[in-house]
Amino acid sequence: MQGSASPSLSANDLACRRGDRLLFRGLTFALAGGEALHVTGANGTGKTTLIRALAGLITPFSGEVQHEGSVGLLDERPALDPDLPLGKALAFWQRVDRCQDPGGALTVLGLEPLLDVPVRYLSTGQRKRAGLAALLNRGVPIWLLDEPLSGLDRGAIEQVTALVELHVGGGGIALIASHQPLVVTGLTTLAIEEFAPNCEAEP
Amino acid sequence: MIGTLLRRDLAKFFPFAGGGAALPVVFFVAVAMLYPFAVGPDPQTLARTGGGVVWIAALLAAVLPLEKLVAQDIELGTFDQLKLRGLTEETIMAARLLAHWLSFGPPLIIAAFPAAALLALDNPTLELVLIGLLAGTPGLAAIGLMIAALTASLRSGAALSGLMLIPLALPILIFGAGALARQDHASLGFVAAISLLLVAIAPFAAGAAIRAAREV
Repeated sequence: MQGSASPSLSANDLACRRGDRLLFRGLTFALAGGEALHVTGANGTGKTTLIRALAGLITPFSGEVQHEGSVGLLDERPALDPDLPLGKALAFWQRVDRCQDPGGALTVLGLEPLLDVPVRYLSTGQRKRAGLAALLNRGVPIWLLDEPLSGLDRGAIEQVTALVELHVGGGGIALIASHQPLVVTGLTTLAIEEFAPNCEAEP
Repeated sequence: MIGTLLRRDLAKFFPFAGGGAALPVVFFVAVAMLYPFAVGPDPQTLARTGGGVVWIAALLAAVLPLEKLVAQDIELGTFDQLKLRGLTEETIMAARLLAHWLSFGPPLIIAAFPAAALLALDNPTLELVLIGLLAGTPGLAAIGLMIAALTASLRSGAALSGLMLIPLALPILIFGAGALARQDHASLGFVAAISLLLVAIAPFAAGAAIRAAREV
């Protein structure tokens, strides 16, 4: 784990909108090292927007995000050049992150046979695993995972779950947005629909 | 980290690196080749008008690489991942500007030699064209980058960027080609000044544009 101080990630009274529509408001949570949060919600309820706000990629409508430690993001776009073979595309991020030993993550995720295949020919699940390898090689304490299980077969889902457990067990933070059930020990759940603005009338 | 980014950008955009990046240079020479067929082979006419044709060809060649310049990396999420690694959008765009210029400015300047031969330009004119292109192409690259970043999230951005670049590049064209008619070096100073200003603005304008593209 990178960074000597204990990592933390918190949102305080967060509200985000897409276009003119308010997606959620009053969203507050705090995560310390070794904790994992599963954000659930139907499509279009703002899971991705929440993750992008937490990553600092978009400005929230109101409220604030605080984090201690570097943030890593895995979403549906693995940021790998489609024209390059997977090995070369991953090598760019390894150089950026100054990763000394990239082989471990590739072996764990079963990517070694695919290194010569251009990224454009990879399947959704293979791309997802490649993105996860890039995230593993960064060695950051905070993981933001946007639908990490979509497109994965059952074996890969177990693998990803195990990796998240390992990361959290080692003192890291994981925030997973997924509409699929997730079995990770010590996982708390946050239903984003509870923070939707038109639910306020309900007792 | 910036060095790594620059190397990647250069590998992506440099001519003959694949992905059709050689197209602007080929286009540039093709225009110079077609012009004598269109107006006739009279050396005097060619020498008098040829310098201006080189400039127009350079300007149109600058439009060609814009489509891939920014939009693809927004789609792939490359800029998002770089931002998470602590690089600002301005730094990313400055590296992109340098890579873009290196992959189309110097190749155009080299391609100006065969173009000058095809258009029967004399040596003083060729010298003015070369200095002019050296001073003007950074400005063209800067305009191109700003437009590419602004139109990246639009559906028909590529077609629009071509239309937007041409009027904005007019000052460079007027002073660059004007130097040829009067055979003076002073106009080229203006070209360099315009380029310098555009290069200074471009990383900030393009950086703000890709930040804004995330919010939609």
